[in-house]
Amino acid sequence: MHELSITESILRIALRHAEQAGAKRITQLNLVIGELSGVVGESVQFYWDMIAKDTIAEGSELHFQHVPASLRCLNCEHVFPMDGRSYTCPECNESRVVAAGGDDFRLESIEVEE
Amino acid sequence: MAVQLSIVEEIMSANDRLAADVRARLDEAGVFALNVMASPGAGKTSLITRTVEALKDELRIGAVDGDIATTIDADRIAALGVPAVQINTGGACHLDAAMLQSALPKLPLGELDLLIVENVGNLICPATFDLGTHRSVLIASVPEGDDKPYKYPVMYRGVDALVLNKIDVLEAFDFDVDYFHKGVEPLNPGLAFFPLSCKTGEGLDAWLDWVKSEVKGNVSGSSR
Repeated sequence: MHELSITESILRIALRHAEQAGAKRITQLNLVIGELSGVVGESVQFYWDMIAKDTIAEGSELHFQHVPASLRCLNCEHVFPMDGRSYTCPECNESRVVAAGGDDFRLESIEVEE
Repeated sequence: MAVQLSIVEEIMSANDRLAADVRARLDEAGVFALNVMASPGAGKTSLITRTVEALKDELRIGAVDGDIATTIDADRIAALGVPAVQINTGGACHLDAAMLQSALPKLPLGELDLLIVENVGNLICPATFDLGTHRSVLIASVPEGDDKPYKYPVMYRGVDALVLNKIDVLEAFDFDVDYFHKGVEPLNPGLAFFPLSCKTGEGLDAWLDWVKSEVKGNVSGSSR
């Protein structure tokens, strides 16, 4: 449920950039969400229509680029998905592995009408 | 005309800026702050009361307690004779930097060495919000099960220390400490790990030594 305050942050950032560019309307927001960011895209989507109402972003669409959580093997450098049960390298059976991606959470770009 | 504007801005940047303000204010007052996170019932208040009891003659300690409702936790800590402020989030599932910022004026910061911030009991949301504290600790507890790092990786990823509480009941819960720890290591290599029992006191000394050395490190200017 922390997505409510996060959705408000997304709107603030988008409105600031749109206003600076003199845009009349925001039609689309392109977000990058990593699996380890702790943010659920569906939940952001749920709040978006309520939050964006009566702003120049009303009716805009959210597009999510999801970045999966991955692990990197410290022995053979193989990168593989974090499947949630065991963190052993499928290539060489090494158990020394480290998280290698999925922390992302940013607003990449917006599409606006001028 | 439709155009695309490149933005590339971290969504959490507003909270992060407030967190930086909080940290600067604490640094100015010479206070080291610790963010304590855990699921409900893991033993946040128990570990905090144990820590306050053990260290209150050496360090000047204050506490901030975040809960959805009631002042039960702040009252428990204030009963030990240290200043404690309750933040009621009114339903919000986590503390954020703005909430901690608004609690600071209620504390005698100039008279404190250590500020312990007890976050809302939750294994998901608090991980996303930097409060402006210097270090964060996660308390896991044996009854929650040894698979929690695999199920809640985000929480284990961002902390500076991990406490495993209630080790007095390891056997009753079939808890495999090795399996638990193997789930943590890839997410947070070399994370300081303190298995202990707030009930029996076993393992507490190593935790208390860590707290003392972190506070001392802050005073000598190595905080982040």
